[in-house]
Amino acid sequence: MNTVLDSALDVYALRQQFPVLQRKVKDGRTLVYLDNAATSQKPNTVIATLSKYYESFNANIHRGIHTLAEEATAAYEAARDTAQHFINAAHREEIIFTRGVTEGINLIAATWGRKNIQAGDEIIISAMEHHSNIVPWQMLCEERGALLKVIPVNDAGELQMDAFEKLISPKTKLISIVHISNALGTINPVKEIITIAHKHHIKVLVDGAQSSVHAIIDVQNLDCDFFVFSSHKVYGPTGVGVLYGKKELLENMPPYMGGGEMIKEVSFEKTSYNELPYKFEAGTPNIGDTIALKSALDFVTNTGRDQITKHEDRILIYANEQLSQIKGMRFIGTAKQKAGVVSFLIEGIHPQDIGILLDNYGIAVRTGHHCAQPLMNRFGIPGTVRASFAAYTSKEEIDALVVGLQKAVKLLS
Amino acid sequence: MSTTEIENEIIEEFELFDNWEDKYEYIIDMGKKLLPLEAAHKIDENKIKGCQSTVWLVAEKIGDKIIYKADSDAVIVKGLISLLIRVLSGKTANEIIETKLDFINRIGLTSHLAQTRSNGLLSMVKQMKHYALAYQLKV
Repeated sequence: MNTVLDSALDVYALRQQFPVLQRKVKDGRTLVYLDNAATSQKPNTVIATLSKYYESFNANIHRGIHTLAEEATAAYEAARDTAQHFINAAHREEIIFTRGVTEGINLIAATWGRKNIQAGDEIIISAMEHHSNIVPWQMLCEERGALLKVIPVNDAGELQMDAFEKLISPKTKLISIVHISNALGTINPVKEIITIAHKHHIKVLVDGAQSSVHAIIDVQNLDCDFFVFSSHKVYGPTGVGVLYGKKELLENMPPYMGGGEMIKEVSFEKTSYNELPYKFEAGTPNIGDTIALKSALDFVTNTGRDQITKHEDRILIYANEQLSQIKGMRFIGTAKQKAGVVSFLIEGIHPQDIGILLDNYGIAVRTGHHCAQPLMNRFGIPGTVRASFAAYTSKEEIDALVVGLQKAVKLLS
Repeated sequence: MSTTEIENEIIEEFELFDNWEDKYEYIIDMGKKLLPLEAAHKIDENKIKGCQSTVWLVAEKIGDKIIYKADSDAVIVKGLISLLIRVLSGKTANEIIETKLDFINRIGLTSHLAQTRSNGLLSMVKQMKHYALAYQLKV
């Protein structure tokens, strides 16, 4: 079955928009980039926006009265509008720019968390969380004497929903859950989780690091209380991300960092805070990267989010078909609903050995625990080899991975 | 043989390979041949924390020589360890501390030193030298 030829995207034309995909590595081999879950590559438009900002209108925003400051402010605030529409938030001030998912989660833990989590309260996460959605809650629970509970995962790498409902108690205040697992590719039923949580008046934070690039996000339809994602996973620059929060929640949260921009009036006796979203954006923000994030989100929208997800689904099916031909192949994460990621082991071989050899064939994959050590412990493995896809991933790259793996296995056995 | 002589010997061996696959096949082969470490030594105290593979390293002093034994769950790393043991094991603390291990660069494996987080070759070298330093100070 050839599932990719009727792809909805012209992948080869799309690849032309990504300069780094044209480069050669390791003695002139064409780069095969299959580490998109770690970070995506950037299209020309994003790179051009970054250059243009520094070449023609770099200025500090919001306070300047000169031309450059006005242009920079307008571009920065336009990025907020684009981000709002990208996840279908109801209000533009519900979009807070952060450094990325990690900062977004830490911000919520430090502000909403400190205000609302008391001794004896409970927070629920899952066994497939990235460390960035574990450690901030552990820190908060330790500080507050609260309890962290974990939704177990079955052998296929799916959440055990029956066990989840049993974890809920009158003390549960927050569920913080990954939308799509970076290590396994599992798509979690976040809408169902949110519906259940809200019946119990529990708030829900959705970690959208992977879903922002592999799914179409509608925060109003999901009805999540918080949603976080990172620019660099969605074809944008590193160092910027988005925190969405429902307006009434954000309004009642104390500020995160103190400084310029987040204030209304300052005296030594009393400072009053600025309104949303600026209350949470202390100091000079990452202006250039935020403006370029707009170009990245525009790139996704213009390419077609439907077409991208359809193409990635086809690549995923093709990769599964092709990889299963390799002797000793063991897929880790065989959920019915998956996106963007194939994680696997080959019997008797350490994932790191595979990664080192694939690198020499010019193939970039991720090996290791994918910052999800508790999940690896759940499967009793040191880590996996992970191939992760993007809009520009081609069928030929999957073929190259299979050939590379066959050669690596031969060398190692 | 001195450490320099052993390093030169390794460099000569690697000069025979004209492509990276043969080179890695040789490293993998050495990894497979490395004597496994007794289970009693495979404990947390002997672990060198890399990001991905586990490496255990033990050292003991016999006379004025230090003997290293090591193991890993990844075979390429085991091959790299085997090279380090070949150069450093059975040498005096002074020799071990002074050896610059230039051969790693000369046989084209410098990238493994840079990738400290992924395979811990640099951590292995440091730990071997730490043992030597500790034994030197004990005297």
